[in-house]
Amino acid sequence: MLMDMQFAVMGAGIGAGLVAIGAGIGIGQIGGSAMEAMARQPEAFGKIQTAMLVIAALVEVIALFGVVVCFLIYTAGTAAA
Amino acid sequence: MTKDGTLKICKKLIICGLICLFSMSSLQRAYASDASEGEGFNPGDMINHHIKDAHGWEITHGVVVPLPIILYSEPDGLMIFSSSNFFNNGHEEVAYKGYLLSHEHISRVDGQPVYDFSITKNVLFIFIDATIMLLVFFAIARGYKKNVGKAPKGVQSLFEPVIIYIRDEVVKPSIGDNYQKYLPYLLTLFFFIWFGNLLGLIPGAANMTGNIAITAVLALGTFFITNFSGKRAYWSHIFWTPGVPWWLRPIILPVELIGVLTKPVSLMVRLFVSITAGHIVVLSLVSLTFIFHSWMVGFGSTVIVTLITIIELLVATIQAYVFTMFTSLYIGMAVEEHH
Amino acid sequence: MDLLIPDYGLLFWQLVVFSIVLTILAVFVWKPVTEALRTRESMIEDSIKSAELAREEMMQIKADNEMVLKEARVQRDQLLKDATIVANKIKDDAKSETSKISEKMILDAKSIIESEKNAALAEVKNLVSTLSLDIAEKLIREKLNNDPSQQQLVEKFLKEVKVN
Repeated sequence: MLMDMQFAVMGAGIGAGLVAIGAGIGIGQIGGSAMEAMARQPEAFGKIQTAMLVIAALVEVIALFGVVVCFLIYTAGTAAA
Repeated sequence: MTKDGTLKICKKLIICGLICLFSMSSLQRAYASDASEGEGFNPGDMINHHIKDAHGWEITHGVVVPLPIILYSEPDGLMIFSSSNFFNNGHEEVAYKGYLLSHEHISRVDGQPVYDFSITKNVLFIFIDATIMLLVFFAIARGYKKNVGKAPKGVQSLFEPVIIYIRDEVVKPSIGDNYQKYLPYLLTLFFFIWFGNLLGLIPGAANMTGNIAITAVLALGTFFITNFSGKRAYWSHIFWTPGVPWWLRPIILPVELIGVLTKPVSLMVRLFVSITAGHIVVLSLVSLTFIFHSWMVGFGSTVIVTLITIIELLVATIQAYVFTMFTSLYIGMAVEEHH
Repeated sequence: MDLLIPDYGLLFWQLVVFSIVLTILAVFVWKPVTEALRTRESMIEDSIKSAELAREEMMQIKADNEMVLKEARVQRDQLLKDATIVANKIKDDAKSETSKISEKMILDAKSIIESEKNAALAEVKNLVSTLSLDIAEKLIREKLNNDPSQQQLVEKFLKEVKVN
């Protein structure tokens, strides 16, 4: 039982890491595209920045899902252990 | 330097001192819990204790503000008493009038069902949030009555750009011409979430907007407003999706119906997760100091926590904006007359 | 897992408080605030519009002034031109008049001179004829005396004539 929980906690960590990879790719793409757009249209800097932040926040929530799920499994694991 | 200026600087210094005191005390609490338990510091318990609701407001370790407990049960009817009754002088849990508070859950000693409507830490923060909103916006309304047609002054000029931004950049483009009807709800929503998020960042405060019950009510409001204001085009899009072959329509119908539900659910979960996870991240980084028992790590984590807190300030605003934005988008989709 | 399960007590309080706040703010704050914002915006818009109008009017007036000025200038130029023409004409007239008068005067003078000359010539002729007659008479008289003396006499009389 103890072993299972340790595996569960490990799995939670791995899952959170995978989510972080996905979110990182997402935010990276948003940032890259936004930079490109800003370079092309420097006069639209403010608008692009706002949109970039908002979309980055949306993607970040996905990563935070990982954090919360990881935390839930961690607490469940430590409680069971 | 004028006397007024000195007074202002004194005020700022006092506020800074208070903030420092609160931050220090939350660290002390974490450390103290480590020492008292004696079996090593458990960051999970500390974080859980912070992000969950409680029947007393523990500002710092050992300093608990008792809050009113409101219970309803069949044999006793409505009961109101202080939460401090559940603890004796040694801070041990004791039964009071046949009720027991254990792990923030109130139960009857005899096992009968009991309904708990207590003013918990989060309810207290709902009240604080509401009070701040009322104070701020009544001051603003007074300002608008006082200087009609003139430039805004004071707190009025602080919030006017935000109100205009929400109206012109969020609500108007999403909903269209008929936006006036929904503006009060959306403005209240935005400021409730924003103030709640910012309140939650104060050390010692409750994780109010990071509680799924609070976000659920907000999302429910959006759900009802969206569906009650749905026009013919909205419902026909769900039940008789245009532009697809007839045999696909029965397959699309459940998908569309699920879509109706997932919209508010996504709103609810997004806000809950982003605020709660922000708190978890900050507290985890603070916990590192006590896990490693090293002042070096403490120094490093303080720097990172400061940066994360600055990002959290941004997130607090963006999440309020996103919630309002999506709500107005959903309403806009519902009130759209035709494609 | 209880992190994900909403607590009914919290749901209840949030519902109550949020509805109350929404109602109070909608009635006492958002309505006057949005109305004040709208009136102020329309006021600003109106004032901008009226300023635009005033500017246009100003431009119109300016253009009118410009036109009047231009007309006046043209008129002045015309007047000046006319005046010059008239003056020139008067000058020319005066010149021609004087030249005519002087011509006439010259002509008169010439005719007077002519007639005077003629008269003088006639007188000279008369004188010459009388003189010649006198001379002839005297000559004839001398011839009757002697020849050389006659010559002398003629010269003598001629001298006398010259003295005259």
